[in-house]
Amino acid sequence: MSTPRIRLPRSAAPGEVIEVRTLIDHPMITGLSSPEPRDMLERFEVTVNGAFVFGYDFENGSSANPTFTFHLPLDETSDFVFTWTHEDGHTFVAEGQVRVG
Amino acid sequence: MRLDRRAVLTGTAALMTVSVLPKSFASAAIDDSVARWLAQILGPRGEEPTFDSTEHSFDDILSGQPIEEGGIALDVPNVAENGAQVPITIHVDSPMTEDDHVTAIHIVATRNPTPGIGTFRLTPALARAEVTTRIRLAEGQEILVLAELSDGRVRRVAAEIAVTLGGCAT
Repeated sequence: MSTPRIRLPRSAAPGEVIEVRTLIDHPMITGLSSPEPRDMLERFEVTVNGAFVFGYDFENGSSANPTFTFHLPLDETSDFVFTWTHEDGHTFVAEGQVRVG
Repeated sequence: MRLDRRAVLTGTAALMTVSVLPKSFASAAIDDSVARWLAQILGPRGEEPTFDSTEHSFDDILSGQPIEEGGIALDVPNVAENGAQVPITIHVDSPMTEDDHVTAIHIVATRNPTPGIGTFRLTPALARAEVTTRIRLAEGQEILVLAELSDGRVRRVAAEIAVTLGGCAT
């Protein structure tokens, strides 16, 4: 189960700074201290209208069910794409839109 | 390193979470694995770091690279009940313009089985260089936070976090 959850406002005024919160259910098993095989996300990326705005490279000290919070101003209606890439290459994707104006 | 008024008030009022007054990075205990990790994330790209001793000063690792102490505010618990889920908010003083912004923020553990925690990648599209996530600490320890700026400068800060129950899954 790796269901992403995103918290975005539905709309914003031009230039308004919005808060973005993300959560994905993932065990983030390093394989270092348990018999379970390694099961780790490698990378998180956020694009807005196609442009990269925020990312994170996961290492062993990243928690299970990783969360992120960040802030950005929006000048136009913005389509967000959130992508979590597993070390094995497969991806989990979530999308969202904030209407501006 | 300054601690702003809000952080002081929050820290005074909170029972579990207080804003930690960041420590001087120079006092951080950097062992061999941590030094190698720092060299890997900050040093010259594509070069295998070589060290001939097990004790390193930070300046050895980044020879020639300008380093600034501070300029980073950390919001972390003094005492984390659960080492598997330790909240951390990092704020780097930066205008976040095209010409002057934070490009990366690294979090490094000094006493986890492996030193890497994670690296934020930032762009001037963000309103401020402020990020929040949760980290795993196997035991109480000092964490290191390093911010890379668009002009090549690196800022650094350290914080001590005690852990009641270690995050064993690291």
